[in-house]
Amino acid sequence: MLTYTLRRILMLIPVLIGMSLITFSIVHAIPGDPAKTIAGDKATPEQLQQIRESLGLDQPFYVQYLNYVKGLLKGDLGTSLITQVPIAEEIGPFLAATAELTIAALLIAVFLGVNLGILSAWKQNSWMDYGAMFIALIGVSIPVFWLGLMEQWLFAQQLDWLPSYGRVDPRLGFEPLTQFYVLDSLLYGDFHWLQDVLMHLILPAVALGTIPMAVIARMTRSSMLEVMRQDYIRTARAKGLSEFWVIYKHTLKNAFIPILTVMGLQLGLLLGGAVLTETIFSWPGVGRYVYDAINQRNYPVIQSGILVLATIFVLINLIVDLLYAWIDPRIKYGKE
Amino acid sequence: MQFSRTKPPVPPNETGSANRNSSLEAKPLRDLVRSFIRHRSAVIGASLVVIFILCAIFAPLLTPYEFYTSTRETLDDPSAAHWFGTDDLGRDIFTRIIYGARISLWVGFVAITGSIIIGSFLGLVAGYYGKWQDSLISRLFDILLAFPGILLAIAIVAMLGPGLNNALIAIAIINIPTFGRLMRSRVLSVKQEDFVLAARAIGMKNSRILWRHILPNCWTPIMVQGTLGFATAVIEAAALGFLGLGAQPPQPEWGTMLSDSREFIQLAPWTMIFPGLAIMLTVLGFNLLGDGLRDIFDPRMKQ
Repeated sequence: MLTYTLRRILMLIPVLIGMSLITFSIVHAIPGDPAKTIAGDKATPEQLQQIRESLGLDQPFYVQYLNYVKGLLKGDLGTSLITQVPIAEEIGPFLAATAELTIAALLIAVFLGVNLGILSAWKQNSWMDYGAMFIALIGVSIPVFWLGLMEQWLFAQQLDWLPSYGRVDPRLGFEPLTQFYVLDSLLYGDFHWLQDVLMHLILPAVALGTIPMAVIARMTRSSMLEVMRQDYIRTARAKGLSEFWVIYKHTLKNAFIPILTVMGLQLGLLLGGAVLTETIFSWPGVGRYVYDAINQRNYPVIQSGILVLATIFVLINLIVDLLYAWIDPRIKYGKE
Repeated sequence: MQFSRTKPPVPPNETGSANRNSSLEAKPLRDLVRSFIRHRSAVIGASLVVIFILCAIFAPLLTPYEFYTSTRETLDDPSAAHWFGTDDLGRDIFTRIIYGARISLWVGFVAITGSIIIGSFLGLVAGYYGKWQDSLISRLFDILLAFPGILLAIAIVAMLGPGLNNALIAIAIINIPTFGRLMRSRVLSVKQEDFVLAARAIGMKNSRILWRHILPNCWTPIMVQGTLGFATAVIEAAALGFLGLGAQPPQPEWGTMLSDSREFIQLAPWTMIFPGLAIMLTVLGFNLLGDGLRDIFDPRMKQ
């Protein structure tokens, strides 16, 4: 297990280097002059030159890249051109917001997806199966941004049940502690805050969680069907175990590896989908942070924001890989 | 495996010799068509896709309006004159949606064809030659896959500048590794088949082996994945349009229409409902068709 873990971590190094190179090159090829963005339209050529020198923009590409990597290794993600605050300091609350939204979406997706898949496999070829798989099919085909807009229209505007923007009602005077608002309101022990925070979370989390929910449901169904045909399931039934235990203990446990893989992959989709969801629901996460940076030509933020999200994605995939090598020892010997 | 050799079927009433030769190859095709027709969801998917393709082709014949002309009838309810209502500039939404089908299908088709060509080529080289070519290309795929797709697309469009063509390029790039990896794994298994070893034994050149023996046996999964990839590409194009990075107004692109509708959701929900429905049905069609093709061509995958 240790050698496998080490090998997987070593394989990550070229990927991380490649990723940093790609984000760096992309951002440096973006049309427009960062010096102008900082200095504004009225700047003199001398001022622009001075800014370029102070940022190292007059140096050759590879020197700039090496400096950038050197900074990254020290935990320096650059400085935002708009706020002039180091990104490493600034990005914290945005990351927490994205994390909270993503975790909520994943919880919804796993809970609904696994149970929908189980229902479907358990009652194979019944109307419940067809119904559940129809929902899953719609789920994989629906664009997350349309679903978000439909939710806003129906639940926020027509029915007025849930708020459609932001993380918390500003009138409540909420003071974040850890930036994870659900956790914060629990730590304060304030029920009103908790209720408001959760109500803000529901619509974006459901929108973001729908596609993964559908994918997980389909995977759970096929994986469960495969396991249900095994002899030990027949034995479990034969010895008179209740259907509940047969399904949730014996079958699900053995059907879980492919489901886990799908969950890992879906987390990447969630991080990508977060950009769209955060835009629709004005959710102050990293996706929105990067999106605003593109409109403002805030290069360092685009570069580091994308790199941070991609790194998180890669690390999650690493953890998922290690997790199922640990669950199923056959995997680590099977790989090259 | 011989299914993937797509020779045109010879009609049964042709000359005797052709008939005898074709009988071996035409039969699987006939079987395939039969199992396709029996596959209910594949037929539904194909019908949806065909409907949208017909809308795209015959758009000018299907509507008396033009997609870019503003009128005074702004934000009108759906009615007999305007089936899907009108938008804030008084343009007929039904018209814009059927013209939008042209854009979405075009983007999907070009982007996915591009990813298939580049991805397959890279996958072919990686799988067939192995060694450093494989390590290099596989690492490249790893790196591209390390970014959540839409995020990389956003970054690429940010670099190239917003617009439909740049969105198309971005979508093509982010889908390359999907096809590349698939091709690589197919090549790795086909490479071990007896007919490839035989071709090598008689001294056939690598390029000829690749073109004549390996490639024709790798197309089926690529085609299935291509159909599913089409669905993803349509959503990605709409997403970029929605973020203002794809098609630009007054182009009737579905994602852009959704983004425009945001201000009027309360007043005129139809400006938001119909473009979204169009995206969903197109994507649903390609997903159903892709799933169906996979069941038919690769029964082992079927549950």
